[in-house]
Amino acid sequence: MISHLRQLGRSGMDVCDRLGESGIFLLRTLTRKPRFFRSCPLLIRQLYACGVLSLPIILVSGLFIGMVVALQGFNVLSKFSATEELGQMVALTVVRELGPVMTALLFAGRAGSALTAEIGLMKATEQLASIEMMGVDPLWRIISPRFWAGVYSLPLLAIIFCAVAIFGGYLVGVSWLGVDNGAFWSNMQASVDFRVDVLNGIIKSLVFGLVVTWIALFQGYACLPTAEGISRATTRTVVYASLSVLGLDFVLTALMMGGW
Amino acid sequence: MSNSKWMESLVGLFIMMAVAGMLVLSFKVSDFSRLDKNNSYEIHAEFDNIGALKMRAAVTIAGVKIGQVDKVILDPVTYKANVYLRINNKNRNIPIDSSLSILTAGLLGSNYVSISPGFDSNFLQNGDAISDTHPALILEDMIGQLLFSMKSDKSNSEAGKTT
Repeated sequence: MISHLRQLGRSGMDVCDRLGESGIFLLRTLTRKPRFFRSCPLLIRQLYACGVLSLPIILVSGLFIGMVVALQGFNVLSKFSATEELGQMVALTVVRELGPVMTALLFAGRAGSALTAEIGLMKATEQLASIEMMGVDPLWRIISPRFWAGVYSLPLLAIIFCAVAIFGGYLVGVSWLGVDNGAFWSNMQASVDFRVDVLNGIIKSLVFGLVVTWIALFQGYACLPTAEGISRATTRTVVYASLSVLGLDFVLTALMMGGW
Repeated sequence: MSNSKWMESLVGLFIMMAVAGMLVLSFKVSDFSRLDKNNSYEIHAEFDNIGALKMRAAVTIAGVKIGQVDKVILDPVTYKANVYLRINNKNRNIPIDSSLSILTAGLLGSNYVSISPGFDSNFLQNGDAISDTHPALILEDMIGQLLFSMKSDKSNSEAGKTT
């Protein structure tokens, strides 16, 4: 009985330990002195790895999610003979919720796991230690560009996702199911507000980008430097990042829509 | 070296795509052409009851949208709702004896403000007030009145029988 209690206490302390460690890690990454001209090439390389290489999965899933939302929405709306509202429904669903959340989940799977594995392997093969031996700060050289690349590229990916998903909804709704073209766009414009809907979606994806990249980098930086440790850290990255994205989404939505 | 150039141009393309997506979202999906002080003017009116009128509800003449509801304030003395309307500068020729009514789009739709133009040759300016207003029709009140009048009819006729 006592030993169970002790185990519980130890695991609780471990969790607090990890959280504090990751907070200090984030703080140290954020407070690196930005040396713009020297860190810009590093940032571009990481933007390529995080952003450009995630584009195909974002484009394809955005198109199909937009198409599925339009198809499902058409089925329900046709019962109320309100199919003209399809554009409004697709746009609000995508811009407010699906765009930021799906992009963050896909980003955690595609780019977050890659970041964790890369940094974990660097740690396992002692590249981080040797960089430090050469007098180069690994937080500045390795972690900081990857962090900022993740934070910048997720909102950009979310914007592209939203635009492509709405195009997918247009394809299914107007070209296939025969919703009126003018009604589709004008109902959408009448109901989607730039500040309330679009900007809040982008703020959401900015927060998600910060959290996902933070989790991915910390898991890589703090993993056990073995093959098993890297694999477990990669799994943990995807699980923790997805869970915190979904949880934070609820909190952010409640905060943003709270006044309504 | 050419490898890094290739990478840089791809990143540039990525950012261009995001900017294009942003333009689509701001102009095609949401109507970014908001009314502000430069392209619109403000008029206000007092209503007895505004029903479920919300901010950013449409202001129409003959069903054509010409502006939106800017804000709604409760007058602390008269307990009337002071509604501020923002009208597009393209529509400067609204006569000062026009009347306002709050209507509902469809049976269960949202409320909007409709302007019925008057006949005066003077037009409303920024900050002017409209005094001729018709409050929103509240469905519950109408049903209540209907039930009440039915009841009183019935009791009247019964009273007539007994005497």
